[in-house]
Amino acid sequence: MSNVRMHLLVCGGTGCTSSDSLKLLDHLNESIKQHGLSEEVEVVVTGCFGFCEKGPIIKVYPDGVFYVSVKPEDAEDIVTEHIIKGRQIDRLLFTDPHGKGKLEGQKDLPFYKKQIRIALRNCGFIDPENIHESLAADGYKALGKCLTELTPDEVIDTVVQSGLRGRGGGGFPTGLKWKYTRKSKSKEKYIICNADEGDPGAFMDRSILEGDPHSVLEAMAIAGYAIGAEHGYIYIRAEYPLAIHRLVVAIDQARELGLLGEDILGTGFNFDIELRYGAGAFVCGEETALIHSIEGDRGEPFTKPPFPAESGVWNQPTCVNNVETLANISPIFLKGADWFRSIGTEKSPGTKVFALAGKVNNVGLVEVPMGITLREVIFNIGGGIKNNKKFKAVQTGGPSGGCITEEYLDIPIDYETLGSIGSMMGSGGMIVMDEDNCMVDIAKFYLEFTVDESCGKCTPCRIGNKRMFEIMVNIAKGKGTEQDLSDLRELGEIIKDTSLCGLGQTAPNPVLSTMKYFQDEYRAHVIEKRCPAGVCQDLLIYHILPDKCVGCTACARVCPVPCISGEVKKVHEIDQELCIKCGACFAKCKFNAIEKR
Amino acid sequence: MSRLKSLEELERIRQAAKDKLEIRTTAESEDRIMIRVGMATCGIASGARETMQAIIDELAKQNITNVSVTQTGCMGSCAREPIVEVISKEIPSVIYGHVDAKRGREIVTEHIKNGRLLQNAIISNSFDKL
Amino acid sequence: MIHMTINNQKVAVEDGSTILEAARKLKIRIPTLCHLDLHDIRMVNRGASCRVCVVEVEGRRNLAPSCSTPVMEGMVVTTNSLRCIQARRTIIELFLSNHPKDCLVCEKSLGCELQALAAEYHIRSIRYQGERATHPIDVSSRAIIRNMDKCIMCRRCETMCNEVQTVHVLSAINRGFDTYIAASMNMPMNESTCVFCGQCVAVCPTAALTEVSHIDNVWNALNDKNKIVVVQTAPAVRVALGEEFGEEPGTIVTGKMVAALRRLGFDKVFDTDFAADLTIMEEATEFIHRLKHGGKLPILTSCCPGWVKFFEHQFNDMLDIPSTSKSPHEMFGAIAKSYYAEKMGIPPQNICVVSVMPCLAKKYEAARPELSQDGLQNVDEVITTRELARMLKEANIDLMQLEDEDYDDPLGESTGASVIFGTTGGVIEAALRTAYEWLTNETLKKVEFHDLRGFDGIKEAVIKINDMDVKIAVAHGLGNARTLLENIREGKADYHGIEIMACPGGCIGGGGQPYHHGDINVIKKRMEGIYKEDKDKKLRKSHENPYIKKLYEEYLGEPYGERAHELLHTHYVKRKKM
Repeated sequence: MSNVRMHLLVCGGTGCTSSDSLKLLDHLNESIKQHGLSEEVEVVVTGCFGFCEKGPIIKVYPDGVFYVSVKPEDAEDIVTEHIIKGRQIDRLLFTDPHGKGKLEGQKDLPFYKKQIRIALRNCGFIDPENIHESLAADGYKALGKCLTELTPDEVIDTVVQSGLRGRGGGGFPTGLKWKYTRKSKSKEKYIICNADEGDPGAFMDRSILEGDPHSVLEAMAIAGYAIGAEHGYIYIRAEYPLAIHRLVVAIDQARELGLLGEDILGTGFNFDIELRYGAGAFVCGEETALIHSIEGDRGEPFTKPPFPAESGVWNQPTCVNNVETLANISPIFLKGADWFRSIGTEKSPGTKVFALAGKVNNVGLVEVPMGITLREVIFNIGGGIKNNKKFKAVQTGGPSGGCITEEYLDIPIDYETLGSIGSMMGSGGMIVMDEDNCMVDIAKFYLEFTVDESCGKCTPCRIGNKRMFEIMVNIAKGKGTEQDLSDLRELGEIIKDTSLCGLGQTAPNPVLSTMKYFQDEYRAHVIEKRCPAGVCQDLLIYHILPDKCVGCTACARVCPVPCISGEVKKVHEIDQELCIKCGACFAKCKFNAIEKR
Repeated sequence: MSRLKSLEELERIRQAAKDKLEIRTTAESEDRIMIRVGMATCGIASGARETMQAIIDELAKQNITNVSVTQTGCMGSCAREPIVEVISKEIPSVIYGHVDAKRGREIVTEHIKNGRLLQNAIISNSFDKL
Repeated sequence: MIHMTINNQKVAVEDGSTILEAARKLKIRIPTLCHLDLHDIRMVNRGASCRVCVVEVEGRRNLAPSCSTPVMEGMVVTTNSLRCIQARRTIIELFLSNHPKDCLVCEKSLGCELQALAAEYHIRSIRYQGERATHPIDVSSRAIIRNMDKCIMCRRCETMCNEVQTVHVLSAINRGFDTYIAASMNMPMNESTCVFCGQCVAVCPTAALTEVSHIDNVWNALNDKNKIVVVQTAPAVRVALGEEFGEEPGTIVTGKMVAALRRLGFDKVFDTDFAADLTIMEEATEFIHRLKHGGKLPILTSCCPGWVKFFEHQFNDMLDIPSTSKSPHEMFGAIAKSYYAEKMGIPPQNICVVSVMPCLAKKYEAARPELSQDGLQNVDEVITTRELARMLKEANIDLMQLEDEDYDDPLGESTGASVIFGTTGGVIEAALRTAYEWLTNETLKKVEFHDLRGFDGIKEAVIKINDMDVKIAVAHGLGNARTLLENIREGKADYHGIEIMACPGGCIGGGGQPYHHGDINVIKKRMEGIYKEDKDKKLRKSHENPYIKKLYEEYLGEPYGERAHELLHTHYVKRKKM
């Protein structure tokens, strides 16, 4: 029997590795070796735990103790105190912000309490580079079941019954996609995993691939069996080197065990997977553009119909599913479609992973049942707004989603509801904004992103969104007119109505939704030439308060223009004509005598 | 490792893999029970290592898989070492004193398997605090 | 059949049709811009990128591009609702907001599809203003000017260059607002593998792609008292020039064109057809020589400069199979500056040879260094059919009001064989008419080889000559040429002779012809015109041309002989593949 009595799980996700978790790993291994514990303690590098705000994370088994914000220097203590003496290290435990002291177990953390982890089930639990750990976590069990017990039609029926919908943004029923692809008659068919995650801030697909690549490979094989495809592609952006590495390792290991390749498990089913790297164009997440890119062409969408299910890559029937969607497949077969339907809402069963970001205390990756409210996600799981500021809006659906205000915080999160209030599910970006965010600035930021990422194929997106952006820039500079507001609205609607692909059709959303919910803020920019949140630089006014100014001259000395005049020990004054609004004086003044409006 | 040629072969290596991961799966299971053995100098001197070995051995013999055995530091009652704490969902904490190898095996059979506490060995329990 | 309703009118169309096709069946006009359907030559631009043709489809969330949306049973479509009209207007305004708007002085003024659309939609102001994309104008080549400021990203040129011609030079680079069409590797055109077929120019809706004009050079030459300016006209020009003066495509205006050229001031008006007959003498002799002496087969025609440059790049391992004969207008230039100059006692440097061609590649070809004699280029200036029309308009010459006139002697006489050089299949048919008679010493009764005619991309025929089955293939469009040549390279084909023309339809569809604006019938009618001109000729075989016979007797000696070699043959250059 093995002498291993302890497993030390170190997060090897991209977030934690960039905060030095690999150095921590080295220190741990070294210390364990020094203390002669190599036989007793196994250090395992896992995928992302999701609680990136507090990374790097270490989880100790069998105790289940969950350490946060662990630094390389803490390694020695973990070994000498926890491993050798069995004493928890209090300073590395998560402190409950609501005063309930130190929390020891992962499940005790409010961040995890309301989460249900299906897609992320193995992230932070297994070593993604060891197929045996995946097998121990029931990897490839669903594939074995499908190949030996179910016909392809039964496989599809199960997915249809589960009600699983595409997690990449569209929300199209996955089972139907499989069904349509199966129905298309052709010798060659393809299954593509869309791993071209491009929404700013969203990283659930990357985390799944980094933490549990086999769940995706297995689901692709199941999909291949269901639709009659022997070839799979994973289209992944080249900027995801760790995910690529883990996929390469996983594919090799799966091939070695014959879980990919010819005659899988002696059933006569052949299926193999190739990786295709994307160059990071956002539009390549759109399935038809992705297909073009795989074929070696410029990543541009083409008009549907024909849908990929009829004519996709190499003009063959093709089923494109996103990473998170695929990660849900195996549990559906192991626990049943009814189990899956029991989670979430009727029209949107299951869970959704969100990348929680922005002005929220617990930034990270959370998997929650559909139908949960935005308030629960932001205030319970996310721990509320940073620095006790006031919540202003939450942006869902990535760069082309919409902004949702306080009044909608209690609506259930699902595809239809988010759509009905001018936003969308998208791939699961969730960016929280507080009172310091200017909504004009936010909308401008997102529009700039889509303008940059437009493929340039269709006119409304190529020129129209650019024109909208130019109007937004003008408004932020205080050069906007009321006519601009009506032009924006009209142009935005026409762009939505006429653009070729989803990118163009949704690009005006941030502008249109903020114009709808924050009309006053727009009008303040346009009519009063004022940015209420104090963000739009050109609209700021720095002003010296005569009763507070002591005439120390510090402001005048840092002013680069210079536009501040005044004698020593006398009240200074800013020449508004010359001021470039750099804010240097504001930062320098020790007497709070400079006001920013 | 050669290619798997049947579902049976897959299940066979899965079982081997599951055994290796037991430390983790047990800890994450819903009905997990944790046994902590005081393993400070005082505990070790009183034979805590042997106790722990016996508990692990007995668990394996009885094929009980939902128990994590872990060690902890000095529990502050050195006179009654070796000390063993059993934590489960129903009863947050029961602490036994003077647990030698034999009593260790009893804890597995009686407390864990049959759900009967070893009343005369209890030195502290969480329901006292209730 | 699919039954549907458009603007409250019912229509039944074939499954697989688009809404646009269904609307056309009902004679309902839906404006288009990027769309181009020349399916006879496999040129279908269905990118649906401009979004001008959007229509309302009942039950659909957004507007549908009619050019690429397939019809469905029971579909209800509205093409002229306010929603559609406003969308189209906005799209046009967006185009104009990123366009130079120098229409008054634009090369394509009144021939521009964007301008026409703006007029149709009565655009009187452009609401959206902003940055205009600017790019340097590529004037590096001798044939094509690329002004991407005027590009509307319809991508027709790209489809043509890549899918039809398989030249693979033009493609979009960058993204978003900064997207533009560039030559491969963003190189200047003259350094790329562009063959200057000009088909991109032929399909460009705006002035983004135009020809390098030689009009000024020609005017200057005409105005130069020391120059004897001789002009030659290619076969395909006479069936297309009329279009620029309101005539139906295919109208034969040979006599009026000759009269018009005289009025422009050309000293002699000759015919490239004469040189085409000369080409047949050389090429047919070369063909027979190779057949008899076990030379390399198949022999490939070499009249088309786009094709020549294409094989120099793409099949540079096979440079020994094309005929070494120069193209007809180059042969003409060589003869004009030697035989004719001697005969007339004019120093060759005082002769300016102007070619009127349906072609842009001829502009490039005329400057090839090896196509010269004693430091003088065989041909000095090349203008296209379009440029000739422009010159005539500048000179206020109304072509259709002129009386027919005849070409000058001795380089103006031609046979029907030379006229059909203007269309796909024509060169090889002309060669066969001569080769047959030379090989069999019999008179060919049926001079028309119908298997070699028509619009099929690749045509094949087996001609029995004596005991031999001579296998012939014809390809037009470089994509078809590529297929044929790849088959030969791989040993899958065993033809004896192959004719290739770079442009779909042959020279009648050349890049210098009046714009067809997407109507394939224009090219088809020109083809009819060509065959009619042939039929009406008294002499229909090149070797029967009396002036050709005289030329060999007086000057050249034997076809394929020493003098002919020096003046009428050339060699090829190995060029890079990418």
